[in-house]
Amino acid sequence: MTTLEILKIAVYLLVILALTKPVGLYMRRVFSREKTFLDPILRPVERLVYRLSGVDEKKEHDWMQYTIAMLLFSAVGLFLTYAIERLQQFLPLNPDKMGAVAPDLAWNTAVSFTSNTNWQAYSGESTMSHFTQMVGLTFHNFTSAAVGIALAIALIRGIARSASKTIGNFWVDLTRCTLWLLLPICVIAATLLLSQGAIQNFSKSVEATTVEGKVQKIPQGPVASQEAIKELGTNGGGFFNANSGHPYENPTPFSNFIEMALIFMIGAGLCYTLGSMTGKVRHGWAVFWAMAILFLAGAFVATYAEQHGNPIHQRLGIAAADGNMQGKEVRFGIGDSALFATITTDASCGAVNAWHDSFTPIGGSVPLLNILLGEVIFGGVGAGMYGMILFIVLSVFIAGLMVGRTPEYIGKKIEAHDVKLAMLAVLILAFSALVGTAAAASTAAGTSSLNNAGPHGLSEITYAFASATGNNGSAFGGLNANTKFYNIALGVAMFFGRFLMIIPLMGIAGSLAAKRKLAESAGTFPVDTPLFTFLLISVVLIVGALTYFPVLSLGPYVEHFLMNAGKVF
Amino acid sequence: MATAQQQVLATVNLRAPVPGPPQVNRQTRSLFDRAILRRALTDAFVKLNPRKMMKNPVMLLVEAGALLTTILLIPGLTQSVDYRFQIQITLWLWATVLFANFAEAVAEGRGKAQADALRKAKIETVARRLSGADRREERIAGSQLRKGDLVVVEANEVIPGDGAVIEGIASVNEAAITGESAPVIREAGGDRSAVTGGTMVLSDRIVVEITSEPGQTFIDRMIKLVEGAERQKTPNEIALDILLAGLTIVFLFATVTLKPFALYSGSDVSVTVLIALLVCLIPTTIGALLSAIGIAGMDRVLQHNILAMSGRAVEASGDVNVLLLDKTGTITLGNRQAVEFIPAPGVDAKKLAEIAQLSSLADETPEGRSIVVLAKEKFGLRGRELHDLGARFVPFTAKTRMSGLDFENNGRAIRKGAADSVTEFIRARGGIFPEQVQQDVARVGGEGGTPLVVADGNRIVGTIYLKDIVKGGMKERFDRLRMMGIRTVMITGDNPLTAAFIAREAGVDDFLAQATPEDKLALIRKEQAKGNLVAMTGDGTNDAPALAQADVGMAMNTGTQPAKEAGNMVDLDSNPTKLIEVVEIGKQLLMTRGALTTFSIANDVAKYFAIIPALFLVTFPELQALNVMHLATPQSAILSAVIFNALIIIALIPLALRGVEYRPLGAARILRRNLLLYGVGGVIIPFVGIKIIDVLLHALRLA
Repeated sequence: MTTLEILKIAVYLLVILALTKPVGLYMRRVFSREKTFLDPILRPVERLVYRLSGVDEKKEHDWMQYTIAMLLFSAVGLFLTYAIERLQQFLPLNPDKMGAVAPDLAWNTAVSFTSNTNWQAYSGESTMSHFTQMVGLTFHNFTSAAVGIALAIALIRGIARSASKTIGNFWVDLTRCTLWLLLPICVIAATLLLSQGAIQNFSKSVEATTVEGKVQKIPQGPVASQEAIKELGTNGGGFFNANSGHPYENPTPFSNFIEMALIFMIGAGLCYTLGSMTGKVRHGWAVFWAMAILFLAGAFVATYAEQHGNPIHQRLGIAAADGNMQGKEVRFGIGDSALFATITTDASCGAVNAWHDSFTPIGGSVPLLNILLGEVIFGGVGAGMYGMILFIVLSVFIAGLMVGRTPEYIGKKIEAHDVKLAMLAVLILAFSALVGTAAAASTAAGTSSLNNAGPHGLSEITYAFASATGNNGSAFGGLNANTKFYNIALGVAMFFGRFLMIIPLMGIAGSLAAKRKLAESAGTFPVDTPLFTFLLISVVLIVGALTYFPVLSLGPYVEHFLMNAGKVF
Repeated sequence: MATAQQQVLATVNLRAPVPGPPQVNRQTRSLFDRAILRRALTDAFVKLNPRKMMKNPVMLLVEAGALLTTILLIPGLTQSVDYRFQIQITLWLWATVLFANFAEAVAEGRGKAQADALRKAKIETVARRLSGADRREERIAGSQLRKGDLVVVEANEVIPGDGAVIEGIASVNEAAITGESAPVIREAGGDRSAVTGGTMVLSDRIVVEITSEPGQTFIDRMIKLVEGAERQKTPNEIALDILLAGLTIVFLFATVTLKPFALYSGSDVSVTVLIALLVCLIPTTIGALLSAIGIAGMDRVLQHNILAMSGRAVEASGDVNVLLLDKTGTITLGNRQAVEFIPAPGVDAKKLAEIAQLSSLADETPEGRSIVVLAKEKFGLRGRELHDLGARFVPFTAKTRMSGLDFENNGRAIRKGAADSVTEFIRARGGIFPEQVQQDVARVGGEGGTPLVVADGNRIVGTIYLKDIVKGGMKERFDRLRMMGIRTVMITGDNPLTAAFIAREAGVDDFLAQATPEDKLALIRKEQAKGNLVAMTGDGTNDAPALAQADVGMAMNTGTQPAKEAGNMVDLDSNPTKLIEVVEIGKQLLMTRGALTTFSIANDVAKYFAIIPALFLVTFPELQALNVMHLATPQSAILSAVIFNALIIIALIPLALRGVEYRPLGAARILRRNLLLYGVGGVIIPFVGIKIIDVLLHALRLA
């Protein structure tokens, strides 16, 4: 690795570190209904929203009501998007006259955007009208992100409160998240991206004549605004199929840096929010460092593997000077591509600026493993935090026994009921990722979509199901996912990974909220020490590794050894 | 009271030899008693019954796997059978189940041995029941006694059932339940009225009101408890069971889906190998030892002569963070003792001692006796007979708050007592209270002592310094508790000043002075509201509400029946400081479970490195790079992992039974230590173990 790459990763982490406290503190203020500097502008809007929708902002929900409200909201969003996709030919803002989206693809896309996955089995520019993109999809970019954050906040409230029945009001959290957090940051971010050359218009495609004399259609659209929320909300669904590799979406290395920072911003901030709302700021930082260390490990391995390149190419003397450049944009190079890949899969963003499929086996295994670990390395907005809390609950339970007390997490006893719910969530994820992959690997419907055979093909399928289950949405590539089988199966995986997993987690929120907070003493399990950070990292790695080691060894790992032996797929 | 005790003991000593009921051998049994092992060996096979295995889903799955591999050995069921390999796998899978059963059986065996001894104590007795209004005596079998019956028990008779003494006083040999051969006193009224069926009256005659129904007596409960018949899973055990079951299902997903992945990759894995992999991955180590840990924990409690009503109570003691201890008898020796004579101005110290001694000669209170002893020690003053002096003893009453002597011939009156009472006494006689004595009184009070002012006629002659003596080693114990994160609160009837002084001297964290039973209850509620878990000890009937309110309430065996019913533990030795041991056992119980769970999960890392490369070596020879242990052949790699997995259960039985060592270091240091030992150790050990087994297998040409 070159000093430049190391420096770039270091600068990136420093920026995230600097953003964590202000963003986290701001979120606490927003969700605890404390005063913020935006109140004079946004409070009237907020009140209007409640008056129009008939929401009583003073009334709080118990966990069940909160969950039901969230599910209802998502269900309505899902059906609405499905309807828009199916009817887009009759709707306005369709300058390129796109036809109705096929039912299986429409289902897949509707689930995908509702669940904050943004898995795209289609090419945006050739399938979706501007209206569909803006109303059907961009709408979800905001709301699915807000839903994730709201759920994380509700879970944090459950931990922080003592003997409480309620965990907040879903509608209020959703509204405040969108108004106070997502919109303002997006405005700033979109402006910054515009300054770098991202486009923002409603024009129809422009035709250009290439040097070969052929006519190329260059699609246009409101890109910059979608780009900002795409990263900030860890949605990842690009306006163009090439996603952040496309010059309209991500024109310069600086815009690339902004996009990367946007991806981690809220996830990192939530660590501070967790600490601040539970009264244990140091615990928040312990969690932050667990995430940061896992991020660094991934970033270094991926960058190293990509720079190390492909030994076969090297033997043949056709390797790029600085490593494996295949599938990467020249304006980003290896460092920014490997870093972006790590970040987008640490978080459940799924935006890509390079082709993960073309990474070396080890380089490509980093994004895959990141997703399989549950996307808890800062993670999807909200989803990363609640996923990490799931791991915290398990860590506290397993290791907490070792200090000779009933395991406690910030004064809340972790009991049979909580363990049951946590294990249920783990099982849902493992089931969806493993059984889905197995089904695809053993049926013709699954394997016929593969462009590559052997271990690489297995990696492609695993990546697809992991990405769907983990609500990442990035594609490894090399897999034709727009088939009936994959549209439906991956749609189910996305649905499981988001909505089935959330129910037990909200159950934990309700159960913890109802418990009386216990006093802390020298005998209490410490959750704010470097040791805890180490423990949390170990549990994340071991649980992930133990569940997925067999499939990983048959996929990227064996491919790595085969590549060294001169075999590729 | 004291005289009565002396009398009784004297009577006891006259009867020799004392015919005692059978005694429970309560010596710490060696971990592997031969008889227990023999019984456990048979039990291990009996426990193979799937209905018995239901309690333990992890091991049930192993048994199902073993059964399946056995069936697959039938010729013709599968195409190619490597018999040498598959028979060995099958045998070791069965061994895994048997080892788990054996562990549980050993733990249970230790309890059963204790139960057998207790059963011998449950000899059939003949009860002398008093019935009807005229209290006619009739003889019925002890087992037919019902709650509320009155029975009379005399010297050398066995008390036929649990009850409370309502008439008389007797010395009782309770060795049957406590293992302690020194007799104890049981008397009507007060806090020492409870008697236990199966114990023997050594002297005198008592009338006992039976308080338990047949089959529900103390000994019955104890037998059930140690046998594990009524053993219910504790809350943490249930939670852990769920975690283990969950992990098992995750690994089931991982192994079942391996088959299609293998087929996709153009290789195949046999069902036997998949089962071997599954058994290696699921947390069998902790699954096998979980119930043994629980049973052994209860056994350990019993070895400390503490009877816990449930495993839940023991587990809860591990969580305690506030400990309420009575001052008297727990923190201090129980009685205040005279340590100094402080004469009033113009009075000789010896003169004061003499008058103080006179006033205390007939005073049978411990304080009074200690004054006589001090006078003898300091000035060689010998006791005299009261009527030789022509004096009459004036005993202490709550009203006068003084005791002393009235001389019949000259009207001389000696008094000792609280400063204000004595002041009143001499004022009435025209005396004055010297300034210096007032200062002495204040000094003694300020130092936590109790000042007794002595007056002779209308003159104050000086002050006696009575001091509470703190038991040796208490400070260290409280320091230890503090390290564990437990705060000790001393409960005392003393005034706040005295209480503060003793609290400081004993090293407790807090105190509750002038405490009434209601105050105690209120304190417990207050601590609980703050989120603390409270443990306390008690013996009196008025302690019962507080014992019931506390999260852990340990009643003294000498205590009253209501107190014993209200608590969730009874200390047979009636030693309140034993709560500390219970807390340690509770913590040890949880730590052992956590440590073995961590170890079990950490082990999987090495097992993967053994098995996964072995599985696919034929298809992908390049995977040899993952064979970091350089295991000889794929067969020996898989076999070694399975054998290691089985043997580690046997190897850890002693740890499960003895428990992880507990040190009062504070949670952070304990965590670091145990994570290193069982987490990091759990990752490394199987690498070494599997390699050794592989080398042996290869050398023995078994694989």
